[in-house]
Amino acid sequence: MGNLLAMKGVKKVYDTGMECVAALNDISFEVSEGEFVAIMGPSGSGKSTLLSLLGGLNHPSAGSIVVDDIDVYSLSVERLADFRREYVGFVFQSFQLIQYLTIVENVMLPLAVSTIPRAEKKRIAIDMIDKVGLRSKTLRLPGELSGGEQQRVAIARALVNRPPIVLADEPTGNLDSATSQEIMELLGSLNDEGHTIVIVTHNPDNLREVHRCIRLRDGRVQNESIAHLANGIKAEEV
Amino acid sequence: MNLYNISFNNLRRRKAKMVFTVLGLAIAISTVVTLITVSKAMNAEIAERLDEYGANIVIVPKSDDLSLTYGGMAVSGISLGAHKIYEKDTDRIQGIKNRDNIKIIAPKLLNAATIVQRNVLVVGVRFDDELALKKWWRLTGRRPGVNHEAIIGSEVRVKLQLGLQQSFDLRGETFVVAGILEPTGSQDDGIVFIDLKQAQRIFGKPGELSLIEVAALCYDCPIEEIVRQTSEKLPEARVMAIRQTIESKMEAMHRFEHFSYGISIVVLLVAALIVTTTMTASVNERTREIGVFRAIGFRQTHIMKIILSEAFLTCLIAGAVGYFVGVGAARIVSPLLLMNGGESSPLMNYPLLGGSLALAVFIGILASIYPAFKASRLDPTLALRAL
Repeated sequence: MGNLLAMKGVKKVYDTGMECVAALNDISFEVSEGEFVAIMGPSGSGKSTLLSLLGGLNHPSAGSIVVDDIDVYSLSVERLADFRREYVGFVFQSFQLIQYLTIVENVMLPLAVSTIPRAEKKRIAIDMIDKVGLRSKTLRLPGELSGGEQQRVAIARALVNRPPIVLADEPTGNLDSATSQEIMELLGSLNDEGHTIVIVTHNPDNLREVHRCIRLRDGRVQNESIAHLANGIKAEEV
Repeated sequence: MNLYNISFNNLRRRKAKMVFTVLGLAIAISTVVTLITVSKAMNAEIAERLDEYGANIVIVPKSDDLSLTYGGMAVSGISLGAHKIYEKDTDRIQGIKNRDNIKIIAPKLLNAATIVQRNVLVVGVRFDDELALKKWWRLTGRRPGVNHEAIIGSEVRVKLQLGLQQSFDLRGETFVVAGILEPTGSQDDGIVFIDLKQAQRIFGKPGELSLIEVAALCYDCPIEEIVRQTSEKLPEARVMAIRQTIESKMEAMHRFEHFSYGISIVVLLVAALIVTTTMTASVNERTREIGVFRAIGFRQTHIMKIILSEAFLTCLIAGAVGYFVGVGAARIVSPLLLMNGGESSPLMNYPLLGGSLALAVFIGILASIYPAFKASRLDPTLALRAL
């Protein structure tokens, strides 16, 4: 499979006013279509910054990010929003569901600005909710669901636009181990269906489903590993 | 699900904030509606009662003589003029193009006479027209019904020691006091009013007039035009508009209108400030939510649409509430401000309702542009930093 995503010499420096802090330094890697990649590293290593850059939320100080032959950061602000809508599905650690919208409305959110007829939007959203196993709870509010269920809704929302890439920032960070396992299995099954998934995680248990692990330290890629954890084999350095 | 659903659902969730915004704007709109309604009612009352303010056109014979004064206005020489005006001229006035605007024609013959050894101004009038013209007259006794009856001013009563039903001699003829005017504060207090025909006969001026007072309804018509048309019909007379009375009333009205506009502007500015503050606070509270919207691909214009749609819905409600509260308040206030007790304004004044809604939406949208702009410019990474 060809490369879907490529980072080349990406650098991100935050100017605090007092000093310049380099969050990422000369990051280069590629993600192939259909790959399931984990980004690991200690706190402050730049994982979340890296994910936000991949998702078109943040501008790099240097370097380029190319997704599906689109130089992401050459796009205008509004086109960058279109890019996020069409190419990226975000899953956040604390779910970030809109509390005053029902489950089905939350899942329909990315479709809100599309020209698809309302009934069709609803059908797509319900299909997606069905896929994450919450068909019976479409009209509930997020507050009425457990953490694991809310994360399933967030995953359904991330996928409803059928984006080529799903970016998940600590998707199991707020969940117990059993629920974390369920969520990772769900992401694994979605990956099996062809979705390219990049997750940021602290938890080595989450590596069972991933194909490759990129370890960051101090804003640099420390190493890349091929994960065979599904077979009980430790990550193999490449 | 579309952007408007998001706005609507958010308003349903934040009822307290919406109620606060609606209240702030509704108070302003209701104030404006009340002031407009009361102003209109006052205008209508002025229009309706213009005739009650007395004459606003005076016709006197053309003359080069020095003027005498009547009611604070210049009246050309009463008896020495080269030209004269006659009672039949009143019919010619009725022939002008704007005759529909002519409400009352009150001809008069003025003469000095000695009554009870005092010099008094005796004015011959048509009592029906005179009483119609001077609605402010308060009469003790009754209006003269037969010949040789008179109305005397309050000052005449005191100085000539005349009471009701007492008689007096005028050029050898006996007149009875049928009515006495309560003090008017005008020249009428010192005048003896008798029937015009009798005055013409007694003073030997059959058909002659000293002046004609005309009450024209000129609230929405140019009084100068009526004066011009009358002048054409009566070339031997001098036709003058007395603008003073109406203008002072209209000036008071305009001052009230200007005051109303001033109050309205201040109240609307305060309301706009409330909307801006509330919407900005709402945007600040929703930073993460807006960050999520931006992250999932909402454009800046989509965020602005969401915020402005909320403002639109809120202000539409505020406009409707403000309209009904304003009309209700006007119904309460009008009787206190208007002489006629304030005729009840209609509950459904569709142009005013439309104006209220439009004004509320205009103010609300204008006041929400900054918060909406601010929301749309939120950096999604900053908005999501707490993730």
